[in-house]
Amino acid sequence: MNTARLRWRRFVSYFMLTMTGICAFVSVIVLFLILGYLLFNGGTSINWAFFTQLPKPVGEVGGGMANAIVGSAKLLLAASLIGVPVGFLGGIYLAEFSGPTVASVVRYAADLLNGVPSIVIGIFAYSLVVLPFKHFSTLAGAFALGLMMIPITLRSTEEFLGAVPRMLREGAMALGASKWRTIKTVIVPAAYRGILTAILLALARVAGETAPLLFTAFGNRFWSQGWTQPTASLPVVIFNYAVSPYEDWHRQAWAAGLVLLGLILIINILARTILSRGIAVPRG
Amino acid sequence: MAGSRSFLSKLREGDEIARLITFLFAASVVLITILLVYELWINSVLPRHKFGLHFLITDVWDPVMDNFGALPFIYGTLVTSAVGLIIAVPLGIGASIFLAELAPPRVSDTLQFFIDLLAAVPSVIYGLLGVFIVVPLVRSVIYPALNKPFGYLPIFKGPSYGVGFLTAGIVLAIMVIPYIISVSREVLMSVPRDQREAALALGSTRWESTWKVVVPFARTGIMGSIFLALARALGETMAVTMVVGNVPKISASLFAPGYSIAAVIANEFTEATGDLYLQALIELGLVLFVLTFILNGLARLLIVVTAQKGSGRGNQ
Repeated sequence: MNTARLRWRRFVSYFMLTMTGICAFVSVIVLFLILGYLLFNGGTSINWAFFTQLPKPVGEVGGGMANAIVGSAKLLLAASLIGVPVGFLGGIYLAEFSGPTVASVVRYAADLLNGVPSIVIGIFAYSLVVLPFKHFSTLAGAFALGLMMIPITLRSTEEFLGAVPRMLREGAMALGASKWRTIKTVIVPAAYRGILTAILLALARVAGETAPLLFTAFGNRFWSQGWTQPTASLPVVIFNYAVSPYEDWHRQAWAAGLVLLGLILIINILARTILSRGIAVPRG
Repeated sequence: MAGSRSFLSKLREGDEIARLITFLFAASVVLITILLVYELWINSVLPRHKFGLHFLITDVWDPVMDNFGALPFIYGTLVTSAVGLIIAVPLGIGASIFLAELAPPRVSDTLQFFIDLLAAVPSVIYGLLGVFIVVPLVRSVIYPALNKPFGYLPIFKGPSYGVGFLTAGIVLAIMVIPYIISVSREVLMSVPRDQREAALALGSTRWESTWKVVVPFARTGIMGSIFLALARALGETMAVTMVVGNVPKISASLFAPGYSIAAVIANEFTEATGDLYLQALIELGLVLFVLTFILNGLARLLIVVTAQKGSGRGNQ
């Protein structure tokens, strides 16, 4: 009787633990399914024209996404110029200068901003940048993406600066360096790997954002005329092509999806390798 | 005198300037956040005055007659998120138990690496796969499997077009599982070792020690991860827009097409003619903001509470 109960408990244990293993397997396998499916469907559509040509008019087969690729690059560049300085310098303030009250207010605001759905960020950028200038623009899209980079950059800058050992700080101070000089020449260099990783991850995150671009950068079948004009971008093109009824556009959406995902995964892997090779400074 | 001189010397060495400049950037983060709420508020003044709180409980969305109600979108957002969580929570918690309790550290870290990559996949890619894989799958496999035996239940009644609440829920589930796993794994790993060892020493099996001791210990943190996932699901735009069907109707059937708050904003914002229409969409954005704001706050609270509980006991 007792052994039967024990056997039953052992069986339940093995069974449930196996189930958790299956859960983990199922969750992870999705990544490879996505990659495999994109490679299978998009791989054949990637050719030289895809990277160098403009989209063809509806009905004509062929053409590429050169304008969307350049558009995405421009958006990301401008977004970094907005998001990185604010996040980085704000993070320095939190880690090095601020008192606990101010720090917690800024932290709270950053966390709140981080949780705002991206479509709402889009509305915000629309009312702040698109409405006053009266038309969609690359800048408005970059503003929306830049906003989304701020919280990640800020929180991780603060975290990595905070992890720099006291001894380094005190050593620099003892040599007579001013606080700013200490930060500039000792603390930031000691933490740069972590911060760089965080910036790369923030960039990878906004690279795939579609919702905030729909009514800021909008879209464009041609080359963008400049920073104050609408521009095409990879994520928005994928969206428009995927919901379109044309077979050829679907094909191109797969190809664009493959390029975008490849780019994002490469940035991610790169960033995580930088980090796992160790923060330059040991903790403690 | 001495004070002002040291202030001057600080100024010369850049300390005060650096403090001021970095402060301005830190303060701008707070200002931006306040400005965001302010913009949402003042740009939705027309529908708030015209419809008041009825906006939230009216199920008509008629741009032609300038009659706007948010209920179909709120309903769609809640239903798709609920379906997503019902699928994602057991899978996510199961997987995180495996990663935290069973898998050897190297395996666990490798799998976590893949989970992190999954979390980085952009939503438009999930939408793309949703349109071309999940939609046909729902139409030709899941619909017959559920409609034939359970068709008498209102939630499985009616025809299926492939797109709809269930499809959106499935895609959302796939999207939020990585968030649940990452946070839950972290929380489970912060449970002190002696809790497990005590349970094992008392003769419980590995599963009993996990399920009856470790998981309850981490319960609040796991709840936090679920709230976090819920906030993500509610605010998710692209993937839902692509597979939910985009029909502003309230249907009991999960196979029916519907709409969500984020999806209607994405689809109609650029086409909105007239101030009232546009502002009604912005008010929907405000509703979404408030929903995610509350959930994110709760999630953070729960995760912090568990982390403190874990570290507190561990130090004893």
